[in-house]
Amino acid sequence: MAYPPAARPSPPRQPSVKVILASADVQRVVDRIAHQILEKTQGAADTVLLGIPTRGTPLARRLAERISTFEDVVVPVGVLDITLYRDDLRRHATRAVGPTELPSGGIDGKRVILVDDVLFSGRTVRAALDALNDVGRPASVQLAVLVDRGHRELPIRADYVGKNIPTSLAESVKVTLAEVDGVDEVKLYGGATS
Amino acid sequence: MIKHLLSGGDLDADTATEILDTAAEMATVAGREIKKLPALRGRTVVNLFYEDSTRTRISFEAAAKRLSADVINFSAKGSSVTKGESLKDTALTLQAMGADAVVVRHPASGAPHRLANWVDGSVVNAGDGTHEHPTQALLDAYTMRSRLGRLAGLSVAVVGDVLHSRVARSNVLLLTTLGAKVTLVGPPTLIPVDIAGALAPGTDVSYDLDSVLPNVDVVMMLRVQRERMNDSYFPSAREYARRYGLDGPRMRRLPEHAIVMHPGPMNRGMEITPEVADSRRSTIVEQVTNGVSVRMAVLYLLLGGNNR
Repeated sequence: MAYPPAARPSPPRQPSVKVILASADVQRVVDRIAHQILEKTQGAADTVLLGIPTRGTPLARRLAERISTFEDVVVPVGVLDITLYRDDLRRHATRAVGPTELPSGGIDGKRVILVDDVLFSGRTVRAALDALNDVGRPASVQLAVLVDRGHRELPIRADYVGKNIPTSLAESVKVTLAEVDGVDEVKLYGGATS
Repeated sequence: MIKHLLSGGDLDADTATEILDTAAEMATVAGREIKKLPALRGRTVVNLFYEDSTRTRISFEAAAKRLSADVINFSAKGSSVTKGESLKDTALTLQAMGADAVVVRHPASGAPHRLANWVDGSVVNAGDGTHEHPTQALLDAYTMRSRLGRLAGLSVAVVGDVLHSRVARSNVLLLTTLGAKVTLVGPPTLIPVDIAGALAPGTDVSYDLDSVLPNVDVVMMLRVQRERMNDSYFPSAREYARRYGLDGPRMRRLPEHAIVMHPGPMNRGMEITPEVADSRRSTIVEQVTNGVSVRMAVLYLLLGGNNR
């Protein structure tokens, strides 16, 4: 009895990894966003930067540091934890809740700039807007992201974008920052190997 | 994360610490103008109380409401229980109404454990007979940690009616897990034989309050539960107060940093004098405030995610 030939094992596919931004590039991009914030807000008066954990927090601190270097203004920095406002809480095991730290001056009547590493579906930002609503009433809210990878599921756009990376849904974008991961890098994983 | 919270012994050190850390975040909500979080929107929490309670029931209710859950309060008085409905049938009724969590207080030790087998949702023990009261132990641990900065290595005296105290049992289990050392103090008639060995090896027993006080970081006074006492366990209330009550002179024997706790409700003049209860060392009001944060953390961690 003839058996069909066994399928030949294909060579293990290396997942493709592409470095989009190296360490020096990340620094330049942060510098540029800081300049853009200064330009668009005419000197960043009455402005508060709120980082969305995990990697939005160090990004917000860096932006504030760059802004104070460029123009000698101090921009208060805070952290906005959005865990309890996520719309997918029930799809995962219970998530740990992180701290929310608002600057001592509060956010009422201020221009709040939310800071995150990657803008993707927009759901994180939606949750952040809800969280913001419960902790105060800013005069206006803007959004700064290091990477915009597209595929929005909500009507949300960023005011400041470090780098637009067109992606397919099969790919994933990973931002690493020195404060959290030891190195500044933006990498694109997966997708077509060609 | 665990599905039910029935005993202080259900929690390992990591889970207990996670609850305390989460509670610290929940506490910040109390300082806001809008004391509300959307995490449990659309979930139903039933408070099933077969025994009188003020602070525990209100505390669980406030906690569930701050997390946006729907709360149904059930008290045995005025319900079908007075017509003879059993715990199981009541549980099945709640099940049919789609309760995601049942917070239960019951005069029978072990009732929450039975309930956990009958309903699909999470069961939180809010005090069962003379057995356990785990959220009280968690809020006590939270209060100690926030006042003294740590739990590991703390020396805690639990003083009074240990025999009838579910607070004592849950505290011994939880505090030992978290690295504190507990000494049970009271008259021999109110401390069960070998309770220390049965609950947590390493726990001490003493019948002499005055010799224990100078060496502790926390002294937790227990209520003398007269409603559960069928016999006389001590000659008179005055003698009890004299030997085991915490008054001003005794309080001054404590180390400078030591705190005084009481789970409430207090018998002022019996196990604690007003001077002590209203002193700077007393954390009694803080314990109530912390109770809401800790119960928010417990409800969130049990119900917030998909833990099936």
